Amino acid sequence: MSARETRLDRKFAELAAEGQKAFVAFITAGDPTPDISASILSGLPAAGADIIELGMPFTDPMADGPAIQAASQRALKAGQTLEKTLDMVRNFRRGDDKTPIVLMGYYNPVFIYGVDSFIEDAVAAGIDGLIIVDLPPEEDDELCLPAMAGGLNFIRLATPTTDDKRLPDVLANTSGFVYYVSITGITGSAAPDADHVSQSVARIKRHTELPVAVGFGIRTPEQAGTIAAVADGAVVGSALVDVIRETIDDANTPDTACTERVLALASDLAAGVHNKG
Amino acid sequence: MDGQNSYRAGPDDKGRFGHYGGRFVAETLMPLILDLEAAYKAAQSDPAFEAELVDLQTHYVGRPSPLYFAERLTEHYGGAKIYLKRDELNHTGSHKINNCLGQILLARRMGKTRIIAETGAGQHGVAVATAAARFGLPCTVFMGATDIERQKPNVFRMKLLGADIRPVTSGAGTLKDAMNEALRDWVTHVDNTFYIIGTVAGPHPYPAMVRDFQSIIGKEVRSQMMEREGRLPDSLVACIGGGSNAMGLFHPFLDDSDIRVIGVEAGGLGLSTPDHAASLAGGTPGVLHGNRTYLLQDDDGQIIEGHSISAGLDYPGIGPEHAFLRDVGRVEYVSATDREALDAFQLITRLEGIIPALEPSHALAHVGKIAPGLPSDHLLVMNMCGRGDKDVFSVADHLGVSL
Repeated sequence: MSARETRLDRKFAELAAEGQKAFVAFITAGDPTPDISASILSGLPAAGADIIELGMPFTDPMADGPAIQAASQRALKAGQTLEKTLDMVRNFRRGDDKTPIVLMGYYNPVFIYGVDSFIEDAVAAGIDGLIIVDLPPEEDDELCLPAMAGGLNFIRLATPTTDDKRLPDVLANTSGFVYYVSITGITGSAAPDADHVSQSVARIKRHTELPVAVGFGIRTPEQAGTIAAVADGAVVGSALVDVIRETIDDANTPDTACTERVLALASDLAAGVHNKG
Repeated sequence: MDGQNSYRAGPDDKGRFGHYGGRFVAETLMPLILDLEAAYKAAQSDPAFEAELVDLQTHYVGRPSPLYFAERLTEHYGGAKIYLKRDELNHTGSHKINNCLGQILLARRMGKTRIIAETGAGQHGVAVATAAARFGLPCTVFMGATDIERQKPNVFRMKLLGADIRPVTSGAGTLKDAMNEALRDWVTHVDNTFYIIGTVAGPHPYPAMVRDFQSIIGKEVRSQMMEREGRLPDSLVACIGGGSNAMGLFHPFLDDSDIRVIGVEAGGLGLSTPDHAASLAGGTPGVLHGNRTYLLQDDDGQIIEGHSISAGLDYPGIGPEHAFLRDVGRVEYVSATDREALDAFQLITRLEGIIPALEPSHALAHVGKIAPGLPSDHLLVMNMCGRGDKDVFSVADHLGVSL
């Protein structure tokens, strides 16, 4: 765990004190355009998002389903880069110094940016943590250890295939929270089973004191509420991203409608998570 | 040479060849990769595994494949003595079957009941579908929609063999996207599924395992050349997409420092254009599909689609061991363009009565550049890794002939 307290640590402590669970909202940076994406980002805290997971677009998102793949492609087509994603967070921080932001993505864009300069620029931009899908504990030297030394949380994915023997290795260099992937599969797949999730969260908690947020396959406020009830937080991504796709399918939809509709769903999801909390 | 001084010592226990390779996969796959590594190690030391594989290689594939002295090609170039390693004569028409049989035997040992694979030109897909049919396992092959269009004969062959073909439309609909989709399927069906990767790429242990199964090519060349000429060859030439046929030929010779080793990448429309698939000549190190290697990518780390006349070579990456061998300077990497490959394809068809696949036509194009300048006692071996039946339609198209 990081020595100093981070926005993530504070947020989870604050929610726990209120008896609440975290609603973690995922959007892809730059989707569908840099401007609309920035307006969605700035509206998410007021809509009830406790933590924001911001996807770094990549051409080859191997763990993602069609919704988030398409979001990456839209963002890249609109000219999004890792540098612009960091700028986007820097701008967000001018109006919000409390909501934790976690960058999620794949290692290659970070590797090409340069690990040391990325960590320095991410911290300066106000980013709190990283979730890098294709960096298992076996590759901790690459980014995890330097990022933690630089003051970023490194949030690890634990999955149904992570057995008790492996779990301590997965948790060893994890900080901020643990992201439990509720299904074996890609993002946006079938809904997870609450009993199974409940048992898995309990299993993880036997090995760590970190909060456990659950994601993959959660689409509705009801599902988010059910899952949040048996964990410390629920992550929703594909459902929010699908709303973006729907609004841009209609060429005449003004930009504001996209932002409004995404935030409306975020607000429903937040209500689902918080009512059951 | 041995130990640290050997070019054949890799990978280390983290799956690295120098800086390259590794295990850059999602956590869901990591326990499987570790299981696979353990199962492969156990199989390597089990004589029964080896015996079963050798039996299939001999009686099902038809190994050893001949080492053929290409007399008229040699006369035509008027230099080096050119030998062709005839892996296109294997059952299924390419070297791909060497690896598929090894991996399917491993899948059976691990109790897996479903096979998946990616394919570009369809040669690997056909070999996987063949092995799956032979062992009665259901098989799903992911293939880019663009490749399905340009490799129709192989698509039909796979269907005849009982494979389920899944067209991939994401990205440019080629090999890279097929590999993404296969990884997505694997992560969703971890319990029962074995992923047969077709080239020396992917997370450890795949690059080493595929190389080992393909090394039979180079091992046979060693003994066949000793028998024919009483000595080892002077140079080796093979084409490279992901690089499995080349690694299979090269690996047994890497520590014979006098032997010149040359890999030929797909130069597409030329290295000065964006339309090529030469990851080593035109790429930079990055991380994709589970390993660090040279990739075609932009300065934001986004992967660029490769281009080649050959669907089997237009992968934007290359096996990590090739990346290592390039950096240490043991292997020379060059390229041949679409046009040069097409010319070589026609030349060898007329001179030797061998219709090659477009992939080894790239290797042949390079042989044509170097052979005339070499002495007549120089023994050159080119890997004829696939036959050209599958390419007849697309070659006709490129030559402006309608069938």
